[in-house]
Amino acid sequence: MEWETVIGLEIHAQLSTKSKIFSGASTAYGAEPNTQACAVDLGLPGVLPVLNREVVRMAAKFGLAIGAPIAPRSIFARKNYFYPDLPKGYQISQYELPVVGRGQVEIELEDGATRTIGVTRAHLEEDAGKSLHEDYHGMTGVDLNRAGTPLLEIVSEPDMRCAREAVAYMKKIHALVRYLEICDGNMQEGSFRCDANVSIRRKGTDKLGTRAEIKNLNSFRFLERAINYEVERQIDILEGGGAVVQETRLFDPDKGETRSMRSKEEANDYRYFPDPDLLPLDIQADFIEQVRASLPELPDEKKHRFMNEYGLSAYDAGVLTASREMAEYFEQVAAALSGQAKLAANWVMGELTGALNRENREIGNSPVSAKALGGLLLRIQDNTISGKIAKEVFEAMWAGEGDADQVIERKGLKQITDTGAIEQVIDQVIAENPSQLEQYRSGKDKLFGFFVGQVMKRTGGKANPAQVNELLKQKLS
Amino acid sequence: MHDKTIAELATALRGGEVSSVELTEHYLRRIESLDGCLNSLITVTAEQALETARAADDARVRGEAGPLTGVPIVHKDIFCTQGVRTSCASRMLDNFISPYDAGVVERFKAAGCPVLGKTNMDEFAMGSSNETSFYGPVNNPWDTERVPGGSSGGSAAAVAARLAPGATGTDTGGSIRQPAALTGITGLKPTYGRVSRWGMIAFASSLDQGGPMARTAEDCGLMLNVMAGFDARDSTSLERPAEDFNACLNSTLRGLKIGLPREFFGEGMDPGVARVINEAIDFYRKLGAEFVDVDLPHSGLSVPVYYVVAPAECSSNLARFDGVRYGHRCEAPKDLMDLYMRSRGEGFGAEVQRRIMVGTYALSAGYFDAYYLKAQKIRRLIADDFRNAFEQVDVILAPATPTTAFRLGEKTADPVTMYLSDIYTIAVNLAGLPAMSLPAGFAEGLPVGMQLIGNYFDEARLLGVAHQYQMGTEWHQMAPAGFE
Repeated sequence: MEWETVIGLEIHAQLSTKSKIFSGASTAYGAEPNTQACAVDLGLPGVLPVLNREVVRMAAKFGLAIGAPIAPRSIFARKNYFYPDLPKGYQISQYELPVVGRGQVEIELEDGATRTIGVTRAHLEEDAGKSLHEDYHGMTGVDLNRAGTPLLEIVSEPDMRCAREAVAYMKKIHALVRYLEICDGNMQEGSFRCDANVSIRRKGTDKLGTRAEIKNLNSFRFLERAINYEVERQIDILEGGGAVVQETRLFDPDKGETRSMRSKEEANDYRYFPDPDLLPLDIQADFIEQVRASLPELPDEKKHRFMNEYGLSAYDAGVLTASREMAEYFEQVAAALSGQAKLAANWVMGELTGALNRENREIGNSPVSAKALGGLLLRIQDNTISGKIAKEVFEAMWAGEGDADQVIERKGLKQITDTGAIEQVIDQVIAENPSQLEQYRSGKDKLFGFFVGQVMKRTGGKANPAQVNELLKQKLS
Repeated sequence: MHDKTIAELATALRGGEVSSVELTEHYLRRIESLDGCLNSLITVTAEQALETARAADDARVRGEAGPLTGVPIVHKDIFCTQGVRTSCASRMLDNFISPYDAGVVERFKAAGCPVLGKTNMDEFAMGSSNETSFYGPVNNPWDTERVPGGSSGGSAAAVAARLAPGATGTDTGGSIRQPAALTGITGLKPTYGRVSRWGMIAFASSLDQGGPMARTAEDCGLMLNVMAGFDARDSTSLERPAEDFNACLNSTLRGLKIGLPREFFGEGMDPGVARVINEAIDFYRKLGAEFVDVDLPHSGLSVPVYYVVAPAECSSNLARFDGVRYGHRCEAPKDLMDLYMRSRGEGFGAEVQRRIMVGTYALSAGYFDAYYLKAQKIRRLIADDFRNAFEQVDVILAPATPTTAFRLGEKTADPVTMYLSDIYTIAVNLAGLPAMSLPAGFAEGLPVGMQLIGNYFDEARLLGVAHQYQMGTEWHQMAPAGFE
């Protein structure tokens, strides 16, 4: 039996405002528990919420970026449930009339194929606090610093068909909110996280299967593993003649499995109703135009520009525009190298990304700046060093040993381009390897590489490889 | 001294006839000796009051006194007062010392009014007789076997008994006007949004409105001048140009069109109340006002609509009282559910629990459309009725309550009978209009209140219409025996 997976994501992006969505308290992360919770966040008797206008601008930015309508009037509603870290006993959210309507994003898969994923809606809401279960000797601590932090909940259509598509979509939204500078995207701190709705159905059928909702996934890898586990679990159930129950599940990254949190029967009736403490959110057309005018170049536009302007492949352009920082870095490197964007692209995606990953650094913290990398690549371009030597220079630059020219000078890595000097080495190598010469001349072409290697070895890799090839061909024939 | 109105006391303070400290001490002594049989105050704040009084007297010496500087008042215990217990007359908040002041409290502080104490009320303002208070019922000074009305029953009784010249109250379905009527004082519920709700503990957010309770319309205007104004901390607060609510006190009533809603003069009204209201109509006629019959066809639905909307909002507003951060927490909870159930079960009284359950039901999946949504639609129709009526008339006159003060315990057994005592006041809250109750006479020795309802923002006109009545009558000057 062939099964098809159906996935929809609810992404929570924490909006990077200075103060909370309905109070003046700071949103900075990492403060001592309950030091960033004011009377409003604590839900004291008599307090009232006042909307932070900045979140509206941020939500509108997102809506415009995904081609969605911005509602001229949206409503804040109360979602009622009891939990110790929910101070008022309700969360202020948007229910029937969200601020951002239907939009879409395009994702690109590793094989180069693209798919369009629908975004059903995006709405504003406040975050809850945090319950702390450790260190309290069987009691629970409550930290309300996070209570009232603004969130944009981005709800997708059930348009994804495998874990990789879901990851590609989540990455796309991640890139988008960072391009828009409305969310710092920090997943460890929980600024960007998602719930995944996963179901399976027989291939060829239209009706959706019963779904499980996997809560609070805060890494792309967890999302992929959780979905894959969940799909297998559901297939096992259905093929064993059972039925999937609609429920909320949690992913345990240590065990790599999902487990039941609560079933539909235990689910809350949230008793949504319009919050009488807040007026409807009215947004004027000129405000929307103002926001539209402030939008930066978005990933898709940038990608197409990179393809046209730099002659990059769709894949390369996609990788380089995955984050605003990487795109900016690349453009600075490319600017240093007139006309050789491909060289810049290869180095940014290759050596640089490799080194960043190795040390788990962000591109913004790279020890080799875009300007410095441009300086290095210029030396490849003008034949001062070979690409291979350049890698050695890069490592030295990474270790903080100076800029490219300083490292080349100090280590004496300048390329040998003097034909006479190279010929001299070639003659020595030929003289020292008579049997290889005989074999080569009797038709063992593969030995050409041996001679190249010997010449490069003897010159410490500094001989210009193109010249070595050319001269060897002449001498060996 | 305590027979003087706020306006007279302000004049006496200005003229140096009396100091704020003397005045404050005088009222504190009256509270000490007389409140025992009324129970109108939950907390007496003598020290703070005297401190404010001293500061007020100093300010006067420096020439910095405002219109009400030095005039003592009392606050309904629904307004948060920094450093002072703010109980909402509930066991739930018996231990709650507010860390901040309500917007209204700040304004009276800034005006230099000493606060004598916090008044008794129905628990969380849910009640019409002041019998749901955790601190026991308040007795009506006109007959201590009877209720003072509610929920602002303590404020009403304190003003009627001359324990304070003025009090703050809140009105969600009649909670200022009904007790004002039953105790023979004057009370005003302003237009929704006039008075900040910041720090006013919410019962039903879309209906709650703070307002003044005093002996005369003029005094209510003086207090409203302090209380009203935009507050950025309350999103439903109205941004309007400043105005003197007593600006129209002496305007002529000649040609004034007063509407009489047929629906408010039907069955259920006590004959004594009807007689008093008809006499008031005659009085206004003599002053040159014209009377027009108006229709408020949906007003009959006010009580059922109110008892869906208000409990729905209250069920959510009171969810924060969970025993986790402040307020009552049960002993040794065995788990989270036990903590919630017992803290709330012990902390809330029966009427509050009833309304939370009714409201939770009305908002539940499957019932929301039939109850909450339908109630909101009818609410709009009720507001439209008033809008139509105000196209024909300037103010509307009606009884404030169907009967005079009833006996303690008389209506506690049947909540619906209790709810019907607000039948003439509730529609006004659903529409968000300003309205007041003023003393218009007596029936069998008990005060009867006349209600005046105005169009949006028409408080000044309402106060003028009421003031003209009080210039020609003496009902508002009557003091209950033993409290003269």
